Formats: sequence, C-alpha cells, structure tokens
Amino acid sequence: MNAMSENKSSSLNTSNLRAYIMIAVLALIWAYFHWATDSIFLTPRNLSNLMTQMSVTGILAVGMLMVIVSANIDLSVGSVMGLAGGIAAYSLASWEFSVPVAVVIAVMVAMAIGTFQGILTAYMNIPAFIVTLGGLLAWRGAVKWQLGGNTVPIAEDHYKFIGQGNLPMSYGWALAALAIIFVIFMVYRSVRSARSYGLGDVNYTAAALKAIIPIAAIVAFMLVMNSYQGVPIPVLIFVSVALFGAFLTTSTTFGRYLYAIGGNAEAARLSGINNRLNVVKVFALLGALTGIAALIFSARVGAASPDAGVLKELDAIAACVIGGASLMGGRGTIFGACIGALIMASLDNGMSLLNVRDFMQDIIKGSILVAAVGLDMFGRKQG
Amino acid sequence: MPLLEMKNIVKEFPGVRALDGVSFTLEAGEFHALVGENGAGKSTLMKVLSGVYPAGQYSGEILIDGKTMEFAGIRDSEKAGVAIIFQELSLVKELTVGENIFLGREPSTLGVINHSELYHRAADLLRGLKLDIDPRVPVGSLGIGRQQLVEIAKALSQDAKILVLDEPTAALTDTEVETLYGILEDLRSRGVGMIYISHKLEEVFRMSDRITVLRDGKTVGTHRAAELTKDAVIAKMVGREVGDIFPASHHEFGETAAAFRNITAYSPDVPGKKLVDDVSFHVRKGEVLGIAGLMGAGRTELLMTIFGSWKGKWSGTIEAGGKQIKLSSPSDAIRHGIGFVTEDRKRFGLMLDHTIIDNMTLAALKRVSGQFLTDRSREAAAASVPMSSLRVKAGSLMTVAGTLSGGNQQKVVLGKWLLTEPKVLFLDEPTRGIDVGAKQEIYAEINKLAQDGLAIVLVSSELPEVLGLSDRVLVLHEGKVAGEFTRTEATPEKLMAAATGHQ
Repeated sequence: MNAMSENKSSSLNTSNLRAYIMIAVLALIWAYFHWATDSIFLTPRNLSNLMTQMSVTGILAVGMLMVIVSANIDLSVGSVMGLAGGIAAYSLASWEFSVPVAVVIAVMVAMAIGTFQGILTAYMNIPAFIVTLGGLLAWRGAVKWQLGGNTVPIAEDHYKFIGQGNLPMSYGWALAALAIIFVIFMVYRSVRSARSYGLGDVNYTAAALKAIIPIAAIVAFMLVMNSYQGVPIPVLIFVSVALFGAFLTTSTTFGRYLYAIGGNAEAARLSGINNRLNVVKVFALLGALTGIAALIFSARVGAASPDAGVLKELDAIAACVIGGASLMGGRGTIFGACIGALIMASLDNGMSLLNVRDFMQDIIKGSILVAAVGLDMFGRKQG
Repeated sequence: MPLLEMKNIVKEFPGVRALDGVSFTLEAGEFHALVGENGAGKSTLMKVLSGVYPAGQYSGEILIDGKTMEFAGIRDSEKAGVAIIFQELSLVKELTVGENIFLGREPSTLGVINHSELYHRAADLLRGLKLDIDPRVPVGSLGIGRQQLVEIAKALSQDAKILVLDEPTAALTDTEVETLYGILEDLRSRGVGMIYISHKLEEVFRMSDRITVLRDGKTVGTHRAAELTKDAVIAKMVGREVGDIFPASHHEFGETAAAFRNITAYSPDVPGKKLVDDVSFHVRKGEVLGIAGLMGAGRTELLMTIFGSWKGKWSGTIEAGGKQIKLSSPSDAIRHGIGFVTEDRKRFGLMLDHTIIDNMTLAALKRVSGQFLTDRSREAAAASVPMSSLRVKAGSLMTVAGTLSGGNQQKVVLGKWLLTEPKVLFLDEPTRGIDVGAKQEIYAEINKLAQDGLAIVLVSSELPEVLGLSDRVLVLHEGKVAGEFTRTEATPEKLMAAATGHQ
C-alpha cells in the first residue's frame, strides 16, 4: 500500500518532466522576445493580444488533440471553420436570424460535418486522412459557393462581442473565485477518494501544491488581464474549452477509451470498447469546437470571407505535436497542446513585433516544429 | 558428402534456449521430413539455415557441399542455393505472377525491365512445373493454393539446391496437393534436397526418405521413414514426462457455465472456407477444459468466435448462465461474464506504452472506476488486488507495461480479465514465451480460479500444459472436433494422434 503513494509521485515526475521542459522553453522564448523588443513583449497589453490571437488555434488544438490521441487526424478543420463562419454571417445578413440562432446553427453545422466524417472513418473504414483531405477541399468549395466568393460583413455588435469584447473586471474576479473553489474541490475529492480506498498515507504537501499552483496561476492571469482591459471573451472561451478538454481526457471513461483506442485498437476492441462509436464522438466533438472557433474568428474580423481558416488545421496539428502528441495515437495531453499553441502564437506575435518578414516567420516556425519533434524522439530513445 | 550439414546448432532467446545442439543432414535428392510439436524448434532451425538469424546470433556450423557457410542474411542463403517457402506467403499481390517470380532479379537493361523476356522465362518455368498459370495475371487474382504454387515456382527459379517447405499444404485443395507432389517428385529426380515441415503425418510418410524428430529444441532422432510407424513418431514427438510443475489439483464441478453448439466460423479472406467446422462443447463451473490441436486447427478462431470478436461470418448458438445469449461484440461477451485472455499479448492484450493500471482496468473501467467519471484512487484500489494476488513484479501500478518481462505482462493481461469478474474465462496460450517460474505461478492461479468456481477454457500448444491442467480435453483437427478425453483417458499419444488426424 505504501508502494502506491510512491508510484503516484514517481509517475507524476515522469509525465510532468515534459511539461516542465515545455514551460521552460516557453519562458525562454518570452524572455528573448521581451529583451529583443525592448520590454514590449511582456506587457499586459501585448499578453492580452497574444492570448486573443492564440484562442482560435488553441480551441482547434484541444479538439484535434483528442482526435490525434485516438490515432486519427482531421485535415478539414480550417475549411469547416470557414464554412461555419460563413453560415453564421449569411444567416445574420440574408436570413436575418437573431445572434443566438445564428450561433447555434453555425456550431450545429460544424458538429454535423464532424459526425459525418467520423462515420465515414469509423464505419466505412475510409482512413481519416483521406476523408478529411476530401473534406478540406469540399468544405472550402462549399463556403466559396455559399458566399459567392465575396466577403460578407457582420454588423451585429452582440455577435462581434464574441470576438472583440472583454469581460468586465469584477465579473473576471467572480469567475476566478469560482475557478479557485473548483480547484479546491477537485483536490479535496481526490484526497478523500484516496483515503476512502485505503491507499495509505496521503501526501498532503503534494495535495496542497496541486491546489496552490493552479490558484496562483489563476490569480496571476487575472491580474495581468485586468491591468489591461479585462479578460478578452475569446480567451475566456478558450480557457473554458481547454479546461473542459483536460477534464474529458483525464477524468472520464470516454477520455480513457480514446487513449486505449490510440494505444492499441485491437486490445481496446477485445476489452469490450466500442471503438467506432468513440471515434465518431471525438470527431463530432472536434466539429463542435471548430464551430466555436469559427464564431470567434469571424467575430474578431467582423466578417466572413471565403478564405477564412485556410491552413488552420496545420496550426492545430502543429500545436498538438509540439505539445508531445504522437500521430500514431495513444499519447498526448491537452496541457501540452495548449502550450504548443501558445508557443506558436508567441513566435508569431514576437516575430511580428520584431518586424521579421513573413516568409522568414514561416521558415522559422516550420524548422521549430521539426526540431521539437526531433528532440522529443531523441529524448525518448535515450530514455 | 551430404548436401547440407548443420552441426550442433544452439540458438538462444532471452530466457529460452530454442535450439539446444541440433544436428541435421540432408542428401542431394533426398526428401527429409522435420517433425515436432509446436515450439519444438523446427521453424527456428530453418530460420538459422536461411540467414533470418544471421551468423553470430547462433552457435554451431552450417556446411553446404562441405563448405562452411556464414550467412549474413536471406540474400546470402539464397545465393548458396537455399530456398524457403514459409507458411505466410511473401508475394506482392498487386504485381503479376512473372514480376513476382523475378522480383529483385528482373531481366533489365540500364534499369529498364525487359518485360517480354521476363514473361517468356516465367512461362517456361511454369510450363516446366506443369503449372497452368498465366504469368501476366496479378498474383492477388489467384486463389491461395495457386499463390502457394507460384511461391514454389519463384523459389525454384533461383536454382535452389535445398528447398524448405514449411506446412506447404495448409491452404491447398486436394488437387493442388497432388500437383505439388508431382512437382516435388520431379525435383527429387533432379537432385534437389528437400526439407519438409508438416503436422500431417500422412503427408510426412508419403514422400519422406528420412524423418527427424525435434523436441524442446533437441534432436530426438533421425530415422529412415521405412523403419518408423506413425505411432512411433508420435511417441518421439511427445515423449516427455509431465513434470511436477503442475500443482496437484482437485476440482469440484458445478452446473454448466456455458454451452456452445454447432459453432462454425468462415475465413474472412477465403470465401466459403470453414476455419471452425461445427464444433460443440460445454464447460462447467470449476472445470478446466483444455483445447488441444496443432497450428491452424482453428483453436484461436473458435475462441474469437464465441467471444463475439470474429471478423468473418459465423453461425452457432451460445448459452451462458442457463439462457441463450446473442453475441455481436466483445462487450456483449463481457456483459455475460465471459473473459478472454488473448494470445499474443503485445498485439491483442496490452497497450505497451501505457501503465499497468490503465491496462488492468480497461475491460472493467465502468465498474472499477465510474460510469462516466473516472476515479484514480478507486481504480488503484481495484487493480492492486490482482496486482498482489498474481504477484506482478513491477515498481508500481504506474509502471509502463512495455517495460515488464513477458511473464509479468501476461499477469497484467490476466489481471485485466479477473477485474471483469468473469464466470467463464478463455485462456489462449497463456504461457507462451514466458519463463518457467512465471509459468508455474500462472498454473497455480488457473487451479485456484477453478477451485473458486470459475469455468476455464484453456487453449495451449504445449501438450504437457493441456494434460497437466485440464479436467477434460477437446482436440481439434482442421476445424473439427477430432476427439474428447477425460483427464484419466488423456495421454500425450492419444492427443497427438487425434491432433494429427490419425485415430
């Protein structure tokens, strides 16, 4: 029984080592840009912008991570995002639907597309790569058709608030308080459960740290955001999505099954898991998140355009991979994917501040993607 | 001077000595059969001969025409005139017959293949073997049997002096078998030495000049076929004491836990081919039912079918807990209290990159963790029960499964199924590739589970294991029940006779 608590802490160390390294890499990147931009990078204003910029990719990365963990891939999210944004704008402008209806329609359409592609993958045995490569082309075609090749402006302020608004500061603190209560409750739940199943001495220091670190992060985040204009709505949505994704992957049977299917599909099937149904579910989930990302994207721009979301699928996949996900499935975390998205966004933001030419930005980002995975592979072989 | 001489071949794998000083000779124009139980070392010996295990990975000497050979790979052995036809075909289905025959040795000028010469030579070769196969059709369009004949033609196109055939008739129809024998007779007259591996003793006696029996990685003996009888060969194959590694056991049988009637399973690849053919049996609470049979007898296919995980068509009825049940997926089977410790733990049993706890709780996750939300502590409490009762040797529940020894991996798979609290447990090759100590522990656990009232169906290729553990033994041969024996009736000779289709 004592072995149990040891185990827990040792596993924590190995899985957290990666996370520490990634946070260290992010800190280095931030420190460099802060120095190179003459202290512009790490200001509340720029951090607020940075977080807003990353929210679309971050939301897509959360859904993509779950798809990748199940040993699948979705190349169509950029096109689906364009289509969902187009549908939202079109239903506001041409059909004169109210904002809530337009929002629901856009998300439902994106989710339906995800479900459809999931069914083709899981039940028709067409590889996800092919299904979604077809989707990449077809849904892009659909959005061009729908918008007639034009950019459709969005006038409704309520809609634009999704992409451009900020949470009033007092609301921000209220939410932060709720989040802190939630963290304390989760830690309490795990301690209580450990005690009730007689797993020996509960490590109260570790439990306290598990509560204190996230609480400190929440407070710091809120202080920074509120010293500019409050929490931007896209950031609020992204953080909620990320927490939801982390909860699904770490604390539900559905999440566990995704890892099992990606880890060894045959073993999962023989253990009584309905692989196909779970694959459809995860594609549907990514579809819904793509719809949400589409709302933010079109609301920020204030318009839906036929080329909205082009190459976004690659950003999302890159974020997952930089965050340690394996395209073979079975491995990857939401936390890693979010840090991966933050690293990509920091590079974009920092290099733009430094006026690095855009072709150079692409070359650097591409090199970093390959280098990150190369280092990971190297490290794993040593281990 | 013999055509081939293998002297004192020793080949070790971690924890196992697969070949322990085997010697073997083959004369030109000789048909030499190599027989033995599954795992006796036949295939390993042939892999040494063909360079699959290159020189340096084994000890001993290989001489061809009196010259010492050290093969670094298959290419080298092919050059020396050794051709092997493995059980699994090594043809590229999308390429034509002719292209396959000359794969890697295409007649060409400056890298451009001369197709007319290629097909001309292929046609000559096929005609020489009296095979009516068009060299221009894709291999995939031929039946499995004709593909096998193409494989043989390919081997012969390389002017093989030594031809190894590993169960070559497994996929052939009767007419194709006759065609094959015609070819082999012809080769014999041309002076080709042939090593023939087969479980079918009829075939072995039909053509062989000499027969060598292997057992536990050692040569039991080499004899002229005329001096032997089938019974004598069987006795040599099994002639081993059932050691005392099997715990003394006394099982009390209860009522029937599950009954399976008229189970027939069709091959998903070859339409109409029955891999399991009208098999019926039952197993009682507290009973260990052994299922014996040789490779390809349909044992795993039978278990897959009655677990709801067979990918092809099947028919039959299944009763569990006194009522008829419908199985369309493994989750149905699990719900009705059937567990299945599958063979080949790396492919079917474990997520090797995941932790012991994740592996162990997978099949019973909703019960040992939560219907929707998981609870790590609850899982840990559940998994630590089999972890300690099976004495899994690992740092902790958080140890990654892939880093464990084979025996401990097997215990994790067993633990996974015990957590589902089964009424009937299928065990498919539960001790393959694990060391003797872990085997003993698993044997003890099987006995304990039976004493606790679990109904166990045990498939094993190791006869001593089947005999040492089973209360009753069912023998399969080519998908059909070839015999059923109680513990007192069962002898190695009887089981082997039934398994080789020789009653």
